[in-house]
Amino acid sequence: MSEIRQATPRATPMTRREWLMSDRPQSRLQARLGRAYMTWQRFSANKLAVAGLCIILLLILIAIFADVLAPHSPVIGNLGGARLLPPGSEGYLLGSDDQGRDILSRLLHGSRLTLLVIVLVAIIAAPIGLLVGAVSGYAGGWVDAVLMRITDIFLAFPKLVLALAFVAAMGPGIENAILAIAITSWPPYARIARAETLTVRNSDYIAAVRLMGASPFRIVLRHVMPMCVSSLIVRVTLDMAGIILTAAGLGFLGLGAQPPLPEWGAMIASGRRFILDQWWVATMPGIAILIVSLGFNLLGDGLRDALDPRESGQ
Amino acid sequence: MTIPETTQLAGRKRARANNWAKSVLRFLVIIVTTYLGLLAVTFFIGRVIPIDPVLAVLGDRAPAHVVERTRELMGFNKPLYVQFFIYVRDALTGNFGTSVLTTNPVMADIRRVFPATLELATFGTIIGSLFGVPLGVLAAVKRGSIADQIVRVVGLVGYSVPIFWLALLSLLLFYAKLRWVAYPGRIDIVYEYSFTPVTGLYLLDSFWQGQWDVFRDVFRHIILPAGLLGYFSLAYISRMTRSFMLNELGQEYIVAARAKGLSETRIIWGHALRNAAVPLVTVIALSYAGLLEGSVLTETVFAWPGLGLYITNSLQNADMNAVLGGTIVIGSVFIAINILSDLLYRTLDPRTRAR
Repeated sequence: MSEIRQATPRATPMTRREWLMSDRPQSRLQARLGRAYMTWQRFSANKLAVAGLCIILLLILIAIFADVLAPHSPVIGNLGGARLLPPGSEGYLLGSDDQGRDILSRLLHGSRLTLLVIVLVAIIAAPIGLLVGAVSGYAGGWVDAVLMRITDIFLAFPKLVLALAFVAAMGPGIENAILAIAITSWPPYARIARAETLTVRNSDYIAAVRLMGASPFRIVLRHVMPMCVSSLIVRVTLDMAGIILTAAGLGFLGLGAQPPLPEWGAMIASGRRFILDQWWVATMPGIAILIVSLGFNLLGDGLRDALDPRESGQ
Repeated sequence: MTIPETTQLAGRKRARANNWAKSVLRFLVIIVTTYLGLLAVTFFIGRVIPIDPVLAVLGDRAPAHVVERTRELMGFNKPLYVQFFIYVRDALTGNFGTSVLTTNPVMADIRRVFPATLELATFGTIIGSLFGVPLGVLAAVKRGSIADQIVRVVGLVGYSVPIFWLALLSLLLFYAKLRWVAYPGRIDIVYEYSFTPVTGLYLLDSFWQGQWDVFRDVFRHIILPAGLLGYFSLAYISRMTRSFMLNELGQEYIVAARAKGLSETRIIWGHALRNAAVPLVTVIALSYAGLLEGSVLTETVFAWPGLGLYITNSLQNADMNAVLGGTIVIGSVFIAINILSDLLYRTLDPRTRAR
């Protein structure tokens, strides 16, 4: 890109950058690409944010190719000759646990569970929040009052403790852990969606759609909710780290993924007994959690600064 | 929300009183609905999600007449809304049933373990504020410098690290390897019987009674878990302090203070921080509430006999009465702190008072 930028501004054929930055886009595609380009420019100027993005991309790649990458089975170990080997042992780069399983292989496979948790929580919680917020903001009146009161009530709850109680009632397991986290994490999304809805509610294009006879249902679904998506994505990304930590905490307490699933939090719990002599069993999964949630925090910060320059001072 | 017409017709003084009454009423509505909401959710968790709560208590081998009798005793033959009404009444009087594990009333158990959590969270918040606020101020004043970057990284790691993992590693380092702190627990077994706590806050009690050896021992036990919790609130507090301070330092009154020739120290600590302190109080209160909750995982690792450990122990034994009682207590404290910090903000910041 930098060579193109050097070109003289009067050059007759439009450079790719000029086409993207054009004030008068000729097509919808050009406008969209232009906006994406400018967002990317702001985003990529932030080195830490790019590092975060790389971590997340790496996580996704690892999750896809875990079968190929993992040198051993994540579930079945070698109880005879490979129990509690220290890191750097022959064939066991990060050591092995008490069942003789390769920790690296378990970590690689565990990335799938981590991704599963955050994707499912996002898929469940974000639409609930979006719907509640958009309906509440668009309808106003007593609907708004009631929905927002419910949201505030949920917002005032301690999330982890409530998730614990939910899982305790529904029984341990990764599905219930996901459900419990989703139930406790939608309220901020509703708040954001409502705020966005209030800003577009009285705009001309909504009035135009209404004049054309669109039902409130259609207006909210097709014309209000899409406007809330971008700020919602930022917030969800920022929340991902917290979701990972909560899921790991539930796993650590034995309420999340059940053995022999290679969930990182549960792996820390199983390594707890050996912490004094075989420190690596509990240490390695913690490092994995730290790296991934750090990645999401960096990415979220970068996205917020790039998409919403108003808040970048914060 | 109806206001008598006479007050509406009165003068300005009356109008202000009217406003005041309105906001009090609003707060009452918020408090009542939030607590009802909390109770509704725990009721849902305890009574509606389990397929048969009677089965959960008796097991599946109980004879039919016992099941019927228990169902009546527990009030499950009544309609759901009546059950909820009774549930709320019981919760308001502090009756959460009996713990299966300890066979004590849940409320008595909670009263016994709560001071431990309170002491831990309070000490943690003190550590977090003592270090977090100056670090945030430093980061804001030296914006973009190495110091700012370091504070940022320290905060980011605090946001990203699993607390139970850090707790395990710090136990390994500071207890097992370096021997700087005492082993998990609250107090050494030597003092367990010679020391009689009054408030249940051991640091305060031993200090009050002048038992310095006990105080030293308690301190060696609490410093690691409290320090960890403190680190977590530090991450949040320093980040918010930085952002509030940046906001204040950009204001015109700072320029005016500089033009007046005030020293930089005075401007930063006397003027800017003083104004940033108002929202900061809310942040510290919220982080305090967060630590009460965060103590659940920390207490498990440090075998700290507080509410968090009580809840997780009960969880492992399917002791739902105890779990829900603990949830309600933590939730109540959480809500109370939320509302108090909101009130505090309103009283401290004159701009939010009368509209």
